[in-house]
Order: sequence, then C-alpha cells, then structure tokens
Amino acid sequence: MSNITSYAHIKHNQVSVNGEIVFHSNSSLTLIEFLSEAYKNLGISYPKFHKMDAQCKLGFLCAEFALKGTNFLTENNLSKTAIVLSNCASSLETDRVHQHSIDDKSNYFPSPAVFVYTLPNITIGELAIKHKITGENAFFVSEQLDADLLVNYTETLFQRNTKTAIVGWVEVDVANFEAFIFLTENTENINKSSIFKSLNQTSVTTIYNQTIWTH
Amino acid sequence: MDALIEKLKGQIIEQLNLAEVKPEEINPDSPLFGEGLGLDSIDALELIVLLEKHYGIKIQDPKDGKTIFQSLRTMAEYIKSQGKS
Amino acid sequence: MIFTSYNNIISSLGFSTQENYQAVSNSQVGVKKMKLPFSQDEFCVAKISDDKIQEHLSQIKNADTHTKLEQLSILSIQDVLNQSGINPKDSRTLLIYSTTKGNIDILSSDSVKDDRYKEVDSKRVYLPVFAKHLQSYFQLVYTPVVLSNACISGILAIIIAKRFIKQGTYDNVLVCGGDILSEFTISGFKSFNALSNEPSKPFDGNRVGINLGEAVSTILITNKKELATSYNTQIISGASANDANHISGPSRTGDGLFQCLTQILKKNINDIGFISAHGTATPFNDEMESIAFDRAGLNTIPVNSFKGYYGHTLGAAGVLETVLSLESMKHQRLIKSEGFETKGFSGNITMIESHQDKNFSSFIKTASGFGGCNAAALFEKV
Repeated sequence: MSNITSYAHIKHNQVSVNGEIVFHSNSSLTLIEFLSEAYKNLGISYPKFHKMDAQCKLGFLCAEFALKGTNFLTENNLSKTAIVLSNCASSLETDRVHQHSIDDKSNYFPSPAVFVYTLPNITIGELAIKHKITGENAFFVSEQLDADLLVNYTETLFQRNTKTAIVGWVEVDVANFEAFIFLTENTENINKSSIFKSLNQTSVTTIYNQTIWTH
Repeated sequence: MDALIEKLKGQIIEQLNLAEVKPEEINPDSPLFGEGLGLDSIDALELIVLLEKHYGIKIQDPKDGKTIFQSLRTMAEYIKSQGKS
Repeated sequence: MIFTSYNNIISSLGFSTQENYQAVSNSQVGVKKMKLPFSQDEFCVAKISDDKIQEHLSQIKNADTHTKLEQLSILSIQDVLNQSGINPKDSRTLLIYSTTKGNIDILSSDSVKDDRYKEVDSKRVYLPVFAKHLQSYFQLVYTPVVLSNACISGILAIIIAKRFIKQGTYDNVLVCGGDILSEFTISGFKSFNALSNEPSKPFDGNRVGINLGEAVSTILITNKKELATSYNTQIISGASANDANHISGPSRTGDGLFQCLTQILKKNINDIGFISAHGTATPFNDEMESIAFDRAGLNTIPVNSFKGYYGHTLGAAGVLETVLSLESMKHQRLIKSEGFETKGFSGNITMIESHQDKNFSSFIKTASGFGGCNAAALFEKV
C-alpha cells in the first residue's frame, strides 16, 4: 500500500499546497524575483539557496512547501527515501547561460558555478544535501508530466529497499516554469492520514490538475 | 589597499552569490574557506575566474589558490603584487 | 531471470563490440592529443573519426537530416536490432536513452551556420524531441524513456531496465547511452580544472584529471532466455544512492557508493571476478572509490577503469563499460587498468596491472557523478 501524503505545486507565480494556494506574488515579477519572494515567505535561512540556478531554486522551494508541516523527514529512514524528478527541458535554461559564456571568444569566461548546474539531476542533489536524503535517485526527461512513468518507477523502488519517495516535475524554460512535487510512503499503516489513499496514475493526475490558479 | 579590499568584497558577494552576507560582515583577515565565509571548492574555482575577469590575472597552477585565497587581504596583496589593482 | 543480451559500441576504438574488445585487449588507447574545430589549443580526447562516421552513413536513411549523436545512435541501435532480430514495433519493447547533454551541439552559434545541420530542427536540443526522433526512425511503439542523471546515467539506465522488466511492464528494453564531444562540455570541465592534458591515469599516483571521450553504446536487456547470447549472464541486483554531501565533490568517505555496494552484495564476495570502477582519474573521485571498495570488504577483488582507453564518455560510459565487462567475462580475461602505474589512493584495493586470464562468473559495475549520485550493479553467469 503506497500513499501520497502531501504535495505542492508552483506555477503562475503562485504556490499551492495540497490543492490550496498558500502564497502568491505579483504576476509581473520575474521568475528569479518570485523565487526570492517565495523563499522569504518560507522564513528559512539557507545560504546555499542563493547559489543555485533557477531550476534548483524552484525544485528546492516546491519540496520545502510539500514537506512543511509534515513528519516526512523526522519519521522516515532517509537512506530509504528516493528522489525521482523529471522535466522537459533538462537543464537547458542554464545550458544557454554556459553556452553564452563561451560563444564570444573575446569575452570567454565559462563559470564553474554555472557549469555544475548544466545537469538536471543537480536539483536532486540539492534536495539530498538539504535534507540528508541518501536513497535512490533518477531524473527522467519527458515531454510533459508522465504520471505513468513516475508511478511505475516509484512502484519498482517500493518493491525493493525504498520506503518513501519525493517525486515530481521541475521545469524552467525561458519564461515558463512549473514545479509539482508529491511525497509518497510505502506503508502498511493505512490509517495514517493521507490526502489520497493510494499512489496510482489517476491520483497523481488528479492532484496535478487540482489547483485552481487565480490567473 | 583598503579601497581594493572594499572593491573585492562587493565583487566576491556578487560573483559567489552570497546574498545573505553584507560587506561589513566580512573581516579582511578571516579565512575565506572552511569557517568564516564557508566557501567551497566551486567557489575557489570561481575566485580564479574572478581574478581573470576583473583583474586580467591568470592563475596557472590552481594549487597557488590555496595561499592567494587565504583571506581578502592575501587576495588584495596578490593583486597588488601583480601590478593589476 | 533478466539477461544481458546483444549489444554494440561505437567509439574512438571501433564501430562494433568485437572491434572495441579487440582494441582494448591489444592495449590500444582511443585517447589522443588533437586540435578541435573550436579552439587553437590541443586537447587530449577520445574522438570518433569523422571519416569512419562518413563510411557508415550509407546505412542510415536520410543521413543528413540527423545530428551527429542521432547518426551514431541510429547505427548503434540498428546493429543491436539486426543481431537480435527483435521487431522494434513489438509492443513489449522499450528504448531507454541515457545521456547527459544529448544534441547540445545544436545550441552553439556555430552549428546554426554549420551546413551540416541545415536539415536539423533545432527543437531536437530538447531531449524528449530527440528521443521522439529516434522513436519515429525505428517506428517504436512506446515513447522512449530518457534518463539524464549525470555520469551514473548509463549504469542506472540498465538497472532501471531490469526493474521495469521485473515489474512486468516490458519484456525487452534497449538501453542506449550516448554523448558527443562538444565545446560545451570541454569548456565546462576545463573551467572545473578537471581536464588532463595527457592521456588520463585512473587510480595512479600521478593522475591529474579526466580526458573527455565520445561514444554511443547499446545493450538489449531481456527476460527471454533465447536472447541471452553467449554471455548467458543475468543482472542480479542494482542500486543507486546519494552522498548528500556536495553537488560536485564526491564524499570523502565514499558513503553513497558504499551504500550501493552493501545493497548489491548479498552473496560471497570472493566469487566476484572484478570491479569495473568509474575511475575518472580525478584525484578526488578515484580516492573516494578506493575508500568505498575498501569499506565494502572488496580489498582483494581486482579493479579496473576503462577510462584510460576511452576517456570519460559521460552518458555512454555506464553502458559501454558494462558491455566491455561482459566481453571480458565471456573471454575469461581481466583487462588492464590503462594508465595505472603506482598506487595513488588510500583505500586498500587491488588494481589490474596487466591483462590476465582468470576463471570467474560475476562482476560489479559502478559509477559516481555530479549531484552526489552513485550506482552499482552486479552481473553473474547463469
């Protein structure tokens, strides 16, 4: 029995948790400005946040909102927690920044702090570091949120060593951005409070489409 | 020298994205790595880029970075010694 | 049981698995110092000869409509389809593509001007669009799954293939790993001060960094005994784990890799023939691996890295090195860890210092990468 226990969704400069909008900023803010506002709203201090590229910041915040108020991190063995993320653009947004830094031979300054973010799974690494999560990792790249793939793969993990997982979508591509992350637990204790009783393709699609964005 | 140190503070905060650090909080004699600013290995590489980009100084052997980047003051002294301030 | 099956390697050392295995067993090294189109400097890289690619283009439909990575991937996948005789339209066959950067060369301003890419839709810099391009070429029923998990992508893709087959979702999974040399990755690793100007020396005391290489390698993973080929080898177990330590530096204590190894080592360690390590030849990576192998009690198991021959082929590495390890086991021969001369690590482990015959029936493949990720898998003869 696997349950989805919490989820967060960030889109249109708004943050929703378990289907309810909990934070929004002026829709005219750029992605970076919005991420900075959302970070302040969480009221945490994590200096590494400011070093991340936009995709990692977005994934980091979405996970923070999904985790906030849950016992996920304190009650579970984090060496048996998997992180499975996906998106469409891989790390293309930061790839463009790195490419720009080498296009002009007279102004040629590739930056190691940029280059390190030209891999999509760095977002997984940032979540792992923040929360000391050492379980399974996988970063899939698909045209859109592929609930079948994410659910099927998480189930294969639950058949092995994995007990809990952080699963979702973290996409930044030019002006478009969206993050959707859910927490899921493989547990015999079906009485545990959960938003949806079972992890399956329908429930993931339902919660993904649940939030009513205000604009 | 002091003016150069002040300039470096701003450049380091910007280049290394130390958004929560204020220039006046950086002691020019405190270690940049480990304790103090808590910089890491990627920051060390970024400092090499910073020297090249802003001061035209190319560090050939990155191992030299260890002595050059001990503190803001050693960094400023190095830039002076290269005649590039 | 889930078996390793037909496979292919296209690299600086040849266009088939046989050519590649022959080359490494003759101690041929694919890494060479050369000038690349985008720079005045010489780089030490393992490049696939353009002339050789040209010779093979007649095997590809509308060759000039594909990027370099697509051409190589088509050749590699086609070779495996031809050998195995499986029908790509078979609804129980999935393609998993493992890559770090895909068609990243589309992004460079030069490629826009490059005549070679005038027939290429620049949208294929997006990995799902690239994957769909391969899907339509081979008329695959399922949309390919793309995995991009830094340098563990290749071996993790093989582990994932096994998991999906075990789940019953598919009978056959084609795992294809590929990355090409590009100014993008070379400039990035250079800014990281991670490149060696000489052929790299994994695990050696004088190692200074990696050589980048390009390759595409494909392997069929299947539950069909009749496709098990002369390897007759199954994938016993696989695991991945994160160091949760640093986004680029490996754990000093080898925590993530150690966690992977403890999960896959359920049997008598002494039966293991060898470990095909990640062995990039950076000071920190190889040191970390030696500590993890030592902690896992693998002190006497011979270790090699194939990166002295091929450089670091990124998304292809895990697939390519698994295929070479399978060949190595088929021939009952350990392949020398090229570039290794003197011990340059603190863990107590045993390097393979020369080619040698050995009777063995299992091996371990490991990998570690940026983002703190690690993976390991255990393969065994049936």
